Amino acid sequence: MIDYGYTGGSLLAILVAVAVDLWVLRTRLLRTRLFWATYAIVVFFQLIVNGVLTGLGIVQYDPRVMLGIRLAYAPIEDLGFGFGLVTLTLVLWAWLETRRGPGGAAAATGATTTEAAPSKGNTTEPMTHQGQDRRT
Amino acid sequence: MRELAYLAVLLACVLGTLPLEFVLHAKVYRRWQRAVVAILPVAAVFLTWDYLATRAGWWHFDRSYLTGVFAGPLPLEELLFFLVIPVCGLLTFEAVRHLRPEWARGSVLAARRAPPSVSSPRATGDGS
Repeated sequence: MIDYGYTGGSLLAILVAVAVDLWVLRTRLLRTRLFWATYAIVVFFQLIVNGVLTGLGIVQYDPRVMLGIRLAYAPIEDLGFGFGLVTLTLVLWAWLETRRGPGGAAAATGATTTEAAPSKGNTTEPMTHQGQDRRT
Repeated sequence: MRELAYLAVLLACVLGTLPLEFVLHAKVYRRWQRAVVAILPVAAVFLTWDYLATRAGWWHFDRSYLTGVFAGPLPLEELLFFLVIPVCGLLTFEAVRHLRPEWARGSVLAARRAPPSVSSPRATGDGS
């Protein structure tokens, strides 16, 4: 049991997400209206979902690992946790789009149709990932 | 029915965001391979955190709201949470992007939809 462990972890999640976006993968989503509009919608629904999960007591927290400030029943630390989870996923998603190599230029004009065709390079790896996922 | 509560919350998230795929052309499910590659590494990290935190007693789950299927200390619902919520995030992101492509300005995605006529200096400000 670490005092304020969740508080620290939550802050770390935010910092890691910011660092990966701005400096590691340089996707720079955090500089766009697109990201913040998305996040505004996501956080609104997160408050509802977390409110249900914690309000009903489906998930119950040890008060020692967090500040004790709650938003719609859920600890405020959940915001950092959710921000990290969603932001890092969006960053990877965006990064994968730009990383499509020389085809990138072509993808700029016909991005959606290219993406839809599941015959490009990255086909084998995701399959194994999904296989692993079924295991649990 | 009570034991389906957590699962129902997740299902509501999936169904609630599903129209974004078709009505707002988010095309996340259609690009499922890319979605899998984007979601799984992040989910793995957060699930590890969740696993350790649950084991350490930072939080726990009321079994009366769960189907009872567990992977170690984590309920099946909690595993699904880390797939469902990112999918919802991606759908929202792509739906907003479809409606307002110019809002990607400033990021690596900016150049991909808009031709070089993007006059805002933000995307090219670092001179890379």
